[in-house]
Amino acid sequence: MDAAGARFIKRKLANYGALALSAASAAFGIFFLFWILKDVLVLGFSAINLDFFTRLPAPAGMEGGGLVNAIAGTFLITALATVIGVPAGIMAGTYLSEYGRKSRMASVVRFVSDILVSAPSIVVGVFVYALLVKPFGGFSAIAGAVALAIIMLPVVIRTAEEMLKLVPDATREAALALGAPHWKVTVHVVYRGAVRGIVTGVMLAVARVSGETAPLLFTSFNNSFWNFSLTEPTATLTVTIFNYAMGPYEDWHQKAWAAALLITAIVLLVNIISRIIVRGKAE
Amino acid sequence: MKDKLTIKDLNFWYGDKQALKDINLHIGEKQITALIGPSGCGKTTFLRCLNRMHDLYPGNRYEGEILLEGRNILEKGLDLIRLRGKIGMVFQKPTPFPMSIYENIAFGLKLMGIKSKGEVSGRVEKALKDSALWDEISDRLQGPALSLSGGQQQRLCIARAIAVEPEVILMDEPCSALDPVATAKIEDLMTGIKEDYTVVIVTHNMQQAARVSEYTGFFMLGEVVEFDTTEKIFTAPANKLTEDYITGRFG
Repeated sequence: MDAAGARFIKRKLANYGALALSAASAAFGIFFLFWILKDVLVLGFSAINLDFFTRLPAPAGMEGGGLVNAIAGTFLITALATVIGVPAGIMAGTYLSEYGRKSRMASVVRFVSDILVSAPSIVVGVFVYALLVKPFGGFSAIAGAVALAIIMLPVVIRTAEEMLKLVPDATREAALALGAPHWKVTVHVVYRGAVRGIVTGVMLAVARVSGETAPLLFTSFNNSFWNFSLTEPTATLTVTIFNYAMGPYEDWHQKAWAAALLITAIVLLVNIISRIIVRGKAE
Repeated sequence: MKDKLTIKDLNFWYGDKQALKDINLHIGEKQITALIGPSGCGKTTFLRCLNRMHDLYPGNRYEGEILLEGRNILEKGLDLIRLRGKIGMVFQKPTPFPMSIYENIAFGLKLMGIKSKGEVSGRVEKALKDSALWDEISDRLQGPALSLSGGQQQRLCIARAIAVEPEVILMDEPCSALDPVATAKIEDLMTGIKEDYTVVIVTHNMQQAARVSEYTGFFMLGEVVEFDTTEKIFTAPANKLTEDYITGRFG
């Protein structure tokens, strides 16, 4: 065999080697994802029934009951966090993209929100505890919502900014050249071009915070009963999973799996919907 | 010829860099004036002075006068929104807004304060007819403007500009992204609208300048080398540089 042939075989082998390695790495990552999904699905499904969605928790140690209050609490706190965090985030993103741009102030805001993205969520929980729980003498749904809103904020700010920046400057200039004031250009033209992307970013942020536990432990805490008051402790699925999984009763463990399945399904659903929205954009 | 715009000793800087030097020009009313010259010569920069587009970006500075029927539009405190209502612009690349065809034109009309639905739709129709787009798209006015072809998008942008009935329309290489058929349509359109509008067009295409314009200005390195009737510029230019450029010896 000549030298060129040997080199060819070597190159082929190296190619197969690299391919096998990257395929194995991909499989390694996906393996755990599916393992988690399988356990959550199998163990959660066997514990889910109509009572789970309709009944309050049974007294500790007793069988039966459900988590309807935690389900409602998760929706309530997530919705409230969205109401607080999303408008503020979109407005800050608008400032960065449409007004601040390269100014000093804008780069400070960008820097701070980048730090905030990577801030551990438990730190945010402790912060809100010191801000809203301690001074007002108790855990509350509103404190939980504020903690989640703070976690959402930087995600929404940066997505909104990136999506607004995708609208070409030529489009802004064209609207200004028609004699439109700056704010009208932003609201009627630039937002129109960025709306899908912003909605997607918001949904991903919502999905992310709906699975948060640590910041809620210090803020909304927990509750075994119905609660519709924003100033009272409120149950959520994630904190319930934390409590029940650590608890001594087999029935609690079952409920924790069921709650895990439900919250996973919600997050997955929100992700899938936002994918569909993005795909709509491409067409 | 009556002057629509009179430019006196105009100088312009991007930050520290001077881009226009002592420009003196007369833009005739209801005429098409073409600006030609090699890339980077300042013709687009000049065009964007006329509707104060440079004000959007910090650090830009004007000196001299641009008189719109006697009034200096470079003066401080001028209402730019009203100015841009009087001097419309069409850009190099088509810039349809991310909304329906109808809304694209209605946007400018609403800015003018026209509220009556009947009047808006009447003027949308007229603008689309004036820009020779109506027959092609009258059945899909509610469709997205971004789904139109490049040439149609550009005609939509012209329709949008003329719908608000400005006095002057600035066109910055409006055909450079279009094929010859679409270009021919837009040139027809320009000749059609000059009865009502003063048009200033920047172009790299000298045949285009020769075909459509009455007056031509030749720019080089931020200065006006020669300004005269188009016929004179293309048949007997006074300046050697102009002659070299239009005969293709450089540029």
